[in-house]
Amino acid sequence: MTEITCKLLVIGAGPGGYVCAIRAGQLGLDTVIVEAGKLGGTCLNVGCIPSKAMIHVAEEYEKAAHAAAGKTPFGLTAGAPALDFAKAVAWKDGIVGRLNNGVGGLLRKAKVKIVQGRARFRDGKTVVVDTETGPKVIRAERIVIATGSGPVELPFLPFGGPVISSTEALSLAEVPQRLAVVGGGYIGLELGIAFAKLGSRVTIVEAQGRILPLYDAELTAPVAKRLTALGVEVLLGAKARGVALSGDALLVETADGQERRIAADKILVTVGRAPVTSGIGLEELVLDMDGRFIRINDRCETSMRGIFAIGDVTGEPMLAHRAMAQGEMVAEIAAGLPRAWDKRAIPAVCFTDPEIVSVGLSPDEAARAGHEVRVGQFPFAANGRAMTRDGEQGFVRIVAQAQNGLVLGIHAVGCGVSELSTAFGLAIEMGATLEDVAGTIHAHPTLGEGFQEAALKALGHAIHI
Amino acid sequence: MAERIIKLPDVGEGIAEAELVEWHVKVGDIIREDDLLAAVMTDKATVEIPAPVDGKVTWIGAEIGDTVAIGSALVKLKVAGEAGAEDAPAEDAAPADAEASEHAPASAPVPVVPPAKPPTADEPPRAMTVPRPTKTLSGASAPAPALPRRAPGERPLASPAVRLKAREAGLDLRQLAGTGPAGRILHEDLDAFLLRGPEAERKPGLAEKTGISEIKVVGLRRKIAEKMALSKARIPHITIVEEVDVSALEDLRAVLNKKPTPERPKLTLLPFLMRAMAKALAEQPNLNALYDDEAGIVRQHAGIHLGIATQTPGGLMVPVVKHAEARDIFGCALELNRIAERARQGTATRDELTGSTITITSLGAMGGIATTPVINHPEVAIVGVNKMMVRPVWDGTTFVPRKMMNLSSSFDHRVVDGWDAAVFVQRLKELLENPATLFIDG
Repeated sequence: MTEITCKLLVIGAGPGGYVCAIRAGQLGLDTVIVEAGKLGGTCLNVGCIPSKAMIHVAEEYEKAAHAAAGKTPFGLTAGAPALDFAKAVAWKDGIVGRLNNGVGGLLRKAKVKIVQGRARFRDGKTVVVDTETGPKVIRAERIVIATGSGPVELPFLPFGGPVISSTEALSLAEVPQRLAVVGGGYIGLELGIAFAKLGSRVTIVEAQGRILPLYDAELTAPVAKRLTALGVEVLLGAKARGVALSGDALLVETADGQERRIAADKILVTVGRAPVTSGIGLEELVLDMDGRFIRINDRCETSMRGIFAIGDVTGEPMLAHRAMAQGEMVAEIAAGLPRAWDKRAIPAVCFTDPEIVSVGLSPDEAARAGHEVRVGQFPFAANGRAMTRDGEQGFVRIVAQAQNGLVLGIHAVGCGVSELSTAFGLAIEMGATLEDVAGTIHAHPTLGEGFQEAALKALGHAIHI
Repeated sequence: MAERIIKLPDVGEGIAEAELVEWHVKVGDIIREDDLLAAVMTDKATVEIPAPVDGKVTWIGAEIGDTVAIGSALVKLKVAGEAGAEDAPAEDAAPADAEASEHAPASAPVPVVPPAKPPTADEPPRAMTVPRPTKTLSGASAPAPALPRRAPGERPLASPAVRLKAREAGLDLRQLAGTGPAGRILHEDLDAFLLRGPEAERKPGLAEKTGISEIKVVGLRRKIAEKMALSKARIPHITIVEEVDVSALEDLRAVLNKKPTPERPKLTLLPFLMRAMAKALAEQPNLNALYDDEAGIVRQHAGIHLGIATQTPGGLMVPVVKHAEARDIFGCALELNRIAERARQGTATRDELTGSTITITSLGAMGGIATTPVINHPEVAIVGVNKMMVRPVWDGTTFVPRKMMNLSSSFDHRVVDGWDAAVFVQRLKELLENPATLFIDG
């Protein structure tokens, strides 16, 4: 059995883990990272990146099909498009592969030692990794748990056969003719919309009364409208019951208590993600938990000295960029720098059609937090760039404190608004007021003008509405 | 146009003068009949002076705190008469001389009311006269160093770069006030804070303050001041502090308080003390007395009228429970509650506030271990109640927890010897430690 000793050991090379390891390496810490799968974790291999690739393919295909049907308002027509799906998947895999290599290269450049295999805690300072060449013992002064999360499995819809998780959905051999999606959260909707555009007949089954229940209804309404236009059937207040015996249909109890059979070649279950806390010997440490998650403080320290946890394993929101920021902070703490979590906002984006961006508090959340608020909302229907992109649905909404105009939250829904998350996040993190946003020149013609106009509206003097 | 002089009326009680404590009007005000002009304070009651006619105030004859003789001119009014000319508009009025300055801004610039501005509902003519600023000494209006003004738990607002810089400097941003919009902490704020040097860093959030506020001692506060000074100047106090084991009394009180009714309210400790004093004073009438030191006469009173020192929003007042010797314990409690409430609400009559022959002072749980009560002149004794607490007491074989309370009592040593005072205090202790004896007549 070989032994390694290091300053910092990172378990899991997802976006949290690898960023932590790279930053630690930059700071001169002797760092080891352990990964059982591929570098980049869920995000890079079976999450954010591949799904965005497939969403892009679907968008392009749908545009071509739209033109082929002669439905563009600007007179473009084209022949019926054909998609070599295997080639599309290969293109996506190519991107993932390049990024895998990129992460590996960055880790090596930062002089981080990469150990492939599954790690298990032996105690608070020691981890055993089962590698191809046998067990390896790693002793570390500090250990970072960055094991991430995995798709939640429903007991009555176990993965296997026609029942798939998002991971399998991103590497299907062909576009399923009929796709049932259980769970109308952002993952189910992103993939459901993509497959609908690729030609699948998609049915979304959501137990709650509306899609994307974590966002406010105003924000999700344009997405609901688009689902209808795409021919996606949405069953709200409906409960999935299981797979039909024949294996080609999903059984659903609808809102009015009726039993319904939804014919489906594939049943995609996207009902949430659970932290990976088993199989890594956590029971040897007996860390304080916060429900299913590992409890951390504002320095990502767990209840055991020298053990940190970052990313999805520490709770909501389970987002790659939160994990990355935590990873960077922990590396700096490990290097002896004074750091603590002081972020004002963690942006969230839904790559649905149209896209949704959410940064900070919604009007309701702000009111519940005791703020007296001022809200400004500007529709893209009054934005030149949105018109010229043939994407006028949606709006930008800004929520600010009534007494001093401090921006508390910024939300948008519309085509291509995901890139606005940058401006929104910066505004909130910098402590911008409505006057700051309104007083910044926003380039014309861009969707971003909607942001400025929303601030002007909240101040009571929007120009273009 | 005629002038009418309003004189300070005889407010009763056979007094020759009264202290002006409040003006309801100022020069230039238009008033209607029965509007309140001023308030004056006699011995302990406050009397409002109404206007007898409609008119416009042209002169006022006293400042707050002045003592005004009955019958002297208080206010001059211009009233409608043969001349018939209408009064000048109110906004032309000069600054009032004796205006109460509570609502005046702290800074001194004198706002000029634009004459073209019509009076609105928000700005009645009275508000358009120039307010007189609060009197402050030089330096008071200098800008005080900004201190953070945030709700508890609210995070300081600062950009990520400022936050990082502060953390690297080992500085908690919660100590800083931000000068940016919405209270944002800027790089400049941080630099300024760091520049103040290590001392400022060790004592964050502390800043020197200059400025002195002058508060006129008037009304009730002046009465209290005069009485206290008189008592301490004239009376050589002797104070005895004795501890009392009130465990048995507290047990009894708990039983009595189980089922309160309106006629038998919950009892505090005070009604028991009142009864104990009634009993003890029956045996030592020389302590239930008023000493007229100018005449050289001590007047022993047969009736026991207990003054109850009471904190009111306006200050210390002493409402009186009359004839404590003729009230049972619930009678004492009911009367005590009634007069104390009236004193606090400012509705106590002069009669309810005078005539005490001995006084009790109690601050309840705030009562400290021992106090040095000041005798309510011209009385000769005062009993102060200190806080009750459980203390270990040696019972001969072991320490036992007992509910102990101190009584701090002061006596006028000119007419009360230490021996007499000690006998009185010991008698109170005996009665309170054996509460059954409180209820045995004779």
